[in-house]
Amino acid sequence: MKRAGFSTKWMPIMLLMPQLVIIAIFFYWPAWHAIQSSFYLQDPFGFGSTFVGLENYTDLLGNSEYRRVALFTLVFTVLVTFFSLAIALLLAVKADNVLRGARTYRTLLMWVYAVAPPVAGFIGLIMFDQSWGPLTRLAGFFGWDFVLGVNFNDTAAAMVLVSVWKQIPVNFIFFLSGLQSIPRSVREAALIDNGSATGRFWDVTFPLLAPTGFFLLIINITYALFDTFGIVDTLVKGEPGNNPMTLVYKVYVDGFRGNDLGGSSAQSVILMVLVLALTVFQFRLIDRRIHYT
Amino acid sequence: MAQVTLNSVRKVYPNGVEAVTSSSFKIEDGEFVVLVGPSGCGKSTLLRMIAGLEDITEGTLEIGDRVVNNVDPADRDIAMVFQNYALYPHMTVRKNIAYGLKNRKTPADEIERKVAEAAKMLNLEEYLERKPSQLSGGQRQRVAMGRAIVRDPALFLFDEPLSNLDAKLRNQMRIEIKALQRRLGVTSIYVTHDQVEAMTMADRIIVLNGGRIEQIGTPSEIYHNPASVFVASFMGAPPMNLIDATITGGQVTLADGVAMGALQTSAQGAVKLGIRPEDVQLVSEGGVSINVELIEELGAHRLLHGKLGGQPFTIHVLKDIPVDPGAHQISVDPAAICLFDAASGMRL
Repeated sequence: MKRAGFSTKWMPIMLLMPQLVIIAIFFYWPAWHAIQSSFYLQDPFGFGSTFVGLENYTDLLGNSEYRRVALFTLVFTVLVTFFSLAIALLLAVKADNVLRGARTYRTLLMWVYAVAPPVAGFIGLIMFDQSWGPLTRLAGFFGWDFVLGVNFNDTAAAMVLVSVWKQIPVNFIFFLSGLQSIPRSVREAALIDNGSATGRFWDVTFPLLAPTGFFLLIINITYALFDTFGIVDTLVKGEPGNNPMTLVYKVYVDGFRGNDLGGSSAQSVILMVLVLALTVFQFRLIDRRIHYT
Repeated sequence: MAQVTLNSVRKVYPNGVEAVTSSSFKIEDGEFVVLVGPSGCGKSTLLRMIAGLEDITEGTLEIGDRVVNNVDPADRDIAMVFQNYALYPHMTVRKNIAYGLKNRKTPADEIERKVAEAAKMLNLEEYLERKPSQLSGGQRQRVAMGRAIVRDPALFLFDEPLSNLDAKLRNQMRIEIKALQRRLGVTSIYVTHDQVEAMTMADRIIVLNGGRIEQIGTPSEIYHNPASVFVASFMGAPPMNLIDATITGGQVTLADGVAMGALQTSAQGAVKLGIRPEDVQLVSEGGVSINVELIEELGAHRLLHGKLGGQPFTIHVLKDIPVDPGAHQISVDPAAICLFDAASGMRL
């Protein structure tokens, strides 16, 4: 096959330029700066910096506060990933069976996807408002004195709830299209082979959804770790105090509130490594996965 | 083992389309029945209703002595082979075959034995640990068959199982399926749009058109005594010649005024003459003249294409009769002519 080519070698470079410039300015340059400043101790007032080597990193590992936030982030990620996947799967399976009004139903379920994280967080604030929030009242009805922003566990619960709610539509869309790509005849064959709907789901539908599910797992872990920043920020109302927060939010709090640029840079480098590891893991496993035809 | 009885079974889709008009027939125990018709004739819908994959709008369906209208597909004691095989892509061949048994609480050693038996019968022994994606089309088709036979069902349903295979494999599988059905003696319903499959495999053929049963009969009945113009033109390759003619007092006249001779019939007026291409003889003189325009060489025989009474006409001659294009004389045994009503298309 003849390959299309460019007459000059500058043309392809010119065409790639806009993308490369954006990546360089908004990703590589800050990332390089973060790595650089993670080895320095910054003067809080910006008057100078001292090279401290790996001290920022060793400080972090010995810091009980950091370990507490890391633990919370882990629990938070597991909860958000699990519930947003599980609920979305349930909704997708149910929506897949709906014949009448299916379009309306699906559109309504996808709507939340369009809500920006801070707005989702703000809606959470309203729902959990201390005096008139409907969810606070509901909790009160069951004897649960829900105090958002004061009680650690209550705030954490709200954070998980809003994050899950925000992520369900994305998972729902993917699961639904995954379900609809399972050949009808395979499902019908299962219908003849197995009389139990639950059995059919676990034996046939679920394994055939596994490639979709795995892809979503990675997407959801990334979401819970990084994209929940807006929700966390809105829910803790900028008053971290005793409130739960994720590692990403702590980068922001330590760097921009605490003016500890070195320590915050070290934290962001750790997160960078984490993302890198996740990406490698994802590509490795996707390569090895069987793609059903 | 079971007979299948349909009593005025009808299918109307929610959008008002009537896919199958009220149909009744009975399939005897151990019989191999083929539902044949052009696409959209309702044959698959009929099969899917028998399988329980489609609701029955009206009428009753009995498998064995049991009315199964509201019985789940899994409880109808049927096994189905699908057009695109419908194998479970994540399961090995062994698991694919065993899945139906496993869900019916069959003891493990019995599953093992039955799978081994089916694999042997279908030459699948060396592929048992493979996934369907590692098999060829013919092998996948065999796995689908294996999945059906291990279940020992009362009824086999085949939904165009050979249409995804190439011509050579199709001929081979056709014979294998037929032989297998003979050996197992399980009542079978087979859907196809291929009239050759219908003719070669069926004990009885049900010809469908536009959601309606046109004719039910043995392959020979369907071929020699088609009940309508539709059946005559659908069954047989090449199809039956259908020529417009007029009968006055037993004398047959073609559309362009050519006299065909006399027929023993009480029919009068406009008719269609149905003549199988192989019932036409070339004669040296005294026949009806036809101009042969094209000759199709098929090895064992030749097909001569020409026009009779201004309409296309095909003649089948054996290989040892030399023919050239041009004017010829033909004669037709009157007993081999089928008469159809010109307006309704039904047999007279």
